[in-house]
Amino acid sequence: MEQNVIMNPDGTQEYFVNMGPQHPSTHGVLRLVLTLNGEIIEKVEPHLGYIHRSIEKMCEKDNYRQVIHLTDRMDYLSAHMNNHAVCLAIENGLDVEVPDRAVVIRVIMDELTRISSHTLWWGVMGMDLGAITSFLYGFRDHEYITEIFEETCGARLTMNYNVPGGVMFDLHPNFVQKTKDFIAEFKRKLPEYDTLLSNNVIFLERTKGVGILSKEMAISYGVTGPAGRASGFANDVRKHEPYSNYDKLDFKEILYTEGDTFHRYKARIDEMWESIKIIEQLIDNIPEGDFQAKTRKVIKLPKGEFYQKVETARGELGVFIVSDGKMNPYRMKFRSPGFSNLSALNEMAKGGKIADLVATMSTLDLVVPDIDR
Amino acid sequence: MNFSIYDFSAFFTSIHEWLLGMMPEALVTTIEWITIGTAAILFTALLGLSLVYGERKVAAWFQLRIGPNRVGFQGVLQTVADILKLILKEPLTPKSSDKFLYNLAPFIMMMAPFIVIAALPYAKGLQVMDLEVGVFFVTAVSSIGVLGVLLAGWSSNNKYSLIGAMRSGAQIVSYELSAGLAILTVIVLSGSLQFGEIIESQREGWWIYRGHIPVWIAFIVFLIAGTAETNRGPFDLAEAESELTAGFHTEYSGIKFAFFFLAEYVNLFIIVVIAATVFLGGWMPLHIGGLDGFNAAMDIIPPIVWFLGKVTVLILLIMWFKWTFPRLRIDQILTLEWKYLLPISLVNIVLVAFITLMGWYF
Repeated sequence: MEQNVIMNPDGTQEYFVNMGPQHPSTHGVLRLVLTLNGEIIEKVEPHLGYIHRSIEKMCEKDNYRQVIHLTDRMDYLSAHMNNHAVCLAIENGLDVEVPDRAVVIRVIMDELTRISSHTLWWGVMGMDLGAITSFLYGFRDHEYITEIFEETCGARLTMNYNVPGGVMFDLHPNFVQKTKDFIAEFKRKLPEYDTLLSNNVIFLERTKGVGILSKEMAISYGVTGPAGRASGFANDVRKHEPYSNYDKLDFKEILYTEGDTFHRYKARIDEMWESIKIIEQLIDNIPEGDFQAKTRKVIKLPKGEFYQKVETARGELGVFIVSDGKMNPYRMKFRSPGFSNLSALNEMAKGGKIADLVATMSTLDLVVPDIDR
Repeated sequence: MNFSIYDFSAFFTSIHEWLLGMMPEALVTTIEWITIGTAAILFTALLGLSLVYGERKVAAWFQLRIGPNRVGFQGVLQTVADILKLILKEPLTPKSSDKFLYNLAPFIMMMAPFIVIAALPYAKGLQVMDLEVGVFFVTAVSSIGVLGVLLAGWSSNNKYSLIGAMRSGAQIVSYELSAGLAILTVIVLSGSLQFGEIIESQREGWWIYRGHIPVWIAFIVFLIAGTAETNRGPFDLAEAESELTAGFHTEYSGIKFAFFFLAEYVNLFIIVVIAATVFLGGWMPLHIGGLDGFNAAMDIIPPIVWFLGKVTVLILLIMWFKWTFPRLRIDQILTLEWKYLLPISLVNIVLVAFITLMGWYF
C-alpha cells in the first residue's frame, strides 16, 4: 500500500480510496485504488489477483475435452462463446468438418448469449447509476434465455454445450418455438429499455460526454467489443475475420465515433437489435443432419500452434494453443477482452467525478473472472 | 367524554378537565407530557415501520416483484421482524472513530424528527402544539438532522463516510433555501406562520387552486427540494450505494443503523406533511368557494381521512421518483439548485408578493 501514498512537497498526502475488493459497483472482487482530489479522480489503478484460479495452468494438465468446461468459468456471461472459441481452435488443429446443423446451432446460441449478457449488463448499468428498477427488468429478459438454455443444455449459466466437432446434444424439441416466442416478446421489451433509461434526462446528463476514449487510445489499449466500437475502432471479429457462418449472415457492425459513456451504452443496445436479426435469419433454417462430427474419444492435436478468436459480448476473445502432440495442451493462453478494456479505465476516468467512474466502468461491462483467470 | 371524529379538540379538552378534577394541575401537566412524549415516540416508530413496509411494496410493484409476503398477513410484520433483528444485533463502534460523536450522531438524526412531529397538524384538534411560528419552527428544527449526517460521516473515520457526509452537507444546506422560499409563497398569501391559520385560510379552496401559477411553481420546487433534503433518490448521493457503499452510515450497525434508516422515512413523512398542509390544505376537505352543497358533502369525510389521503398520494409520488430515476451527480445537483431552483424561487416570491398586493388570487 505504501507505494500509493504520494507525499506532496508541502508535506500533505494524496487522498486515496480503495474501491473494492468488496464494492457494489466493481461487480466482483476487483480492487481499484483511486487517487482523489475531493470528488475529482486523478488516477485509477486496478489491482488484480483476488479471483485468480490459474485456469491457463489447469488447462495444461486436462485433456482437450476437459479444457472446454474451464472456459465457462472465465466470462460466465458469455460462457457459450468461450466454449465456441476453444472448440474452433481445437477443430483448427484436428481439421474436422463441423456439420452444418452444429454450426447454425452454435451461432444461434452465441447470439442468444450475447442478448442475455447485454440484458444483464443493461440492468446493472441502471443500478450503477442509481436506478435499481432497471436491474429487475434486465433480469426478467435474461431469465427467458436462461430457461431456453436450461432446456437444451441442462445448465443455466455454465452451459458447456460445445464439444470439438459440434455440440453435445441435439436441440430440445421446444427450442425453436421458445426462441421465436422470446424474440417476438423481446422486440416489444427492448423499446421499454429506451423509455426507462435511454430517453431519461438524468441518464443522458450522467452519460453524455463522460468518460471519453479516443479512437487512437482505444486501438493502443486494445479496447475491443462494443466499448471499442463506440470510439470508432472497427473490430467486430464476426465481420472482419468471420468464423462459423457469420460471413453468410446479414448484420451490421455498430460503429460510433463519440467514444463516450452514452455511445458505449448505445452500441450495446443496437447490438441486441442486430443479434435479434441474426437469430431471425437462422431460427427457421436450422439444417437437418448430425449435430456432431465423429471425433476420437481422446483428442490429440498435432504438434504446432493454433489460434482462434471470436467476438464475445465483451469483445475479442483469443484462444492460443501450443501442442506438443500429447493428449493435453503444452500451453494455453486466453486473450480476454475484459483485461484490455479495464486497462483503459484510467484514461477514461481521469479528471471525472467518482460517479463518472462508476458509469464509465459500467459501460466497459467488466466480468472480473474474465479479467483475472 | 364527547368524542367526535370530526373535531378532536373537544375530546382532548374533556380528558384534560376530567384529570384536573382528580389531581393538582402540576401533576396533570406532568402526566400529559409523559403521555404525549410516549405517544410521539410510538407514533414515530410505527410511522417508520409502516413507511418502510410501504416502500418495499411500492418498489416491488415497480419492479415486477411481490415484495415481502411471508411474515404476517401480506408481510406486514416483516419490518417489525427486521427492526427486532437490528435491535438484537451488536452495535459496533470502530476502533479509530471519534467515539462520542459517533454514538451521538444517530440520536441527533432521530431527535430532529421527534421534535418536529409534535408541531404538525394531523386533524382538527389532533396536534400537540399549534405554535404561532409553526412553519418556521418545523423548517428550522428539521434542518438539525443534517448535523447528524455530518457528524456520522466525520466521526466514522471512513473515507466513504466522509465523502458521503460532505456531499450531503452541500446538498441539504443548498436545498433548504429553495424549500424555505417555496413555503414562503403560501405564508405571504395566507399571512400567517401558524399551521392552524394556514389550514383555516384554505377553507374556501386549497392554496394550490387559489394561488394558481406561483403556488404551482412553489409546489413543484418544494417537492424537488424536499426529496433532496430527505436524501432520497434521485438525490441519494449521501448514500449512493453504487459509489460509496453506504455513504455516511457505512460503519453503523444494529440499532444505530436503524435510527438512520427510520429517520430517513420520518423525514420523508415530515416533508410530505408540510407539502400537504401548506399547499393542499392539510386536513381541510376539498372546498370550492360558493358551492355550499358540494362543500357540505365533502365535510362528511372526516378530516383525518383527508389528511391521510393527501399524505399517501404525495408519498407515493416521491417513491415513484426514487424507483424510476437514476441518481444525479454532485455537480449536477448543485447546478440544479443554484442555477435553476433558487432563481426561480426568488422570482416566484416577488411574483406572489405582487399578486397578494393586487389581490389577484381566488
